[in-house]
Amino acid sequence: MSLGDIIDRTSSTWMKADAPSADVVLSSRVRLARNLEGIPFPHQASDADLARVADQVQRVIRAVRGLSDLVVIRLSEAQALDRQILVEKHLISPQHAQGAKHRLVAIRADETISVMVNEEDHIRIQALLPGLQLEDALKLASEVDDMFESKLDYAFDEKLGYIAACPTNTGTGLRASVMVHLPALATTGQVGRVLTAVSNVGIAVRGLYGEGTEATGNLFQLSNQVALGRSEGELVENLAGVTRQVIDQERNVRDRLVRERRDQLEDKVNRAYGLLSHARLITSEEALGLLSDVRLGVESGLLSGVDAMALNELMVITQPAYLQRIMGKELGPQERDVRRAALIRERIRARKEGK
Amino acid sequence: MLCDECGKRPANVHLTKIVNGVKSESHLCDQCARDKGELDLFWEPKFSFPNLLAGLLGHEPGFQAPLAIPGGTQDRCKNCGLDFPDFTKTGFLGCPDCYEEFRPRLEPLLKRIHGSTRHTGKVPRRTGGAAGVRREIESLRAELARLVAREQYEEAAKVRDRIRALEKGLADQA
Repeated sequence: MSLGDIIDRTSSTWMKADAPSADVVLSSRVRLARNLEGIPFPHQASDADLARVADQVQRVIRAVRGLSDLVVIRLSEAQALDRQILVEKHLISPQHAQGAKHRLVAIRADETISVMVNEEDHIRIQALLPGLQLEDALKLASEVDDMFESKLDYAFDEKLGYIAACPTNTGTGLRASVMVHLPALATTGQVGRVLTAVSNVGIAVRGLYGEGTEATGNLFQLSNQVALGRSEGELVENLAGVTRQVIDQERNVRDRLVRERRDQLEDKVNRAYGLLSHARLITSEEALGLLSDVRLGVESGLLSGVDAMALNELMVITQPAYLQRIMGKELGPQERDVRRAALIRERIRARKEGK
Repeated sequence: MLCDECGKRPANVHLTKIVNGVKSESHLCDQCARDKGELDLFWEPKFSFPNLLAGLLGHEPGFQAPLAIPGGTQDRCKNCGLDFPDFTKTGFLGCPDCYEEFRPRLEPLLKRIHGSTRHTGKVPRRTGGAAGVRREIESLRAELARLVAREQYEEAAKVRDRIRALEKGLADQA
């Protein structure tokens, strides 16, 4: 397994559609921030310090059995396009993709685990699973954390917990998040109300693509705001509890739409399907919006023959960097729109005829 | 409605703020809102973590912190050299030791961010020190209460002895 293999494979574990509550929750993520004792945080560290961190982490990966299957990638040696693809696959952050010296990412072959080295903190362990599986993601991240900790001296304060570069992460170093698809709440103008309520109980909300909370494709990310004073289990349980309520609300509105506005809803999802199956030029923004409509159609049983995993895959591979990788060359914006439309037509129809 | 601030011009900026669950409303005119910096929030991307941080630390953005704090508090981390005003500008500490160096000023901040300054989660084995033992005592106490409630006294006595041994270990260390 190499960087090339990871990049070439268009599907990831988090895209699987048979996961719990996958009709609303696309993926669950848990991230743990860890730092090494006595070494300045990456933004303040010297070149030698950063090299030391990268070196120590790599040595642990080689030495510990449960970690040796991680593929280690030096970002300074990866091409800009490949780095961007890792961002589009949610394996590294956009900041990390800038590829400064001594930045690494270590990825498990099934892409459920990625470990960023020398990002904002020395080590950031991320577990990413499909559907609503926060407890499992925590367990997975925590196991990997234990393996690293068996050989590394983490910066830890008996009172404050795990020390992080930014005080907002100090404590558990944990950020748990879910990516949710809320088309019914959004179309009926209720998404603002729900998300405001959610933010009053310590959960932060942001749109997944696009600025601020203006979400393209009706995708939102919910995450815990607080990292200190509650245990990892409590933080994750709080987010899971809130997410379950959001799921209920979304499902209720979907049911009502199907019952009371069936014609309009059928029209909307079929129009979206029609556009995706026939358009010749499509921007990534328009594609995300239409994919959201088609997904709603599939999930509410109004549209058959398109599988949700293909939609998840299309969400990623129609992003600019991935598209260029698939086409094997750099493309201008207009050319990208042509290729994107072609790729969507091919995938959406292949699924339809395959059934 | 007239502006809350100057009481002269009509109020045309209506603000609802929710800070730590406490809702406050204010009605200002354009000019007073601008003077108070309230409009920046909407018009410019000034609402960044460092600015927020500066607010939490009790001074306005751009305010120069005094170089020496009465009582001899350090302003520069002995390990990495970061000075506290740098932190308020970037929102990042320089190294793990900064937390020790700036503890009196960081704890109130952490309290405001998280509502707590006491970590109750996971403890690393190697560097967790006494925290790991204390966490174990806490969970044994819970176990003890459960056993007593179920009248399993023999088991409970064993757990009680284990707690005593751990507590003695802690006391000897200190």
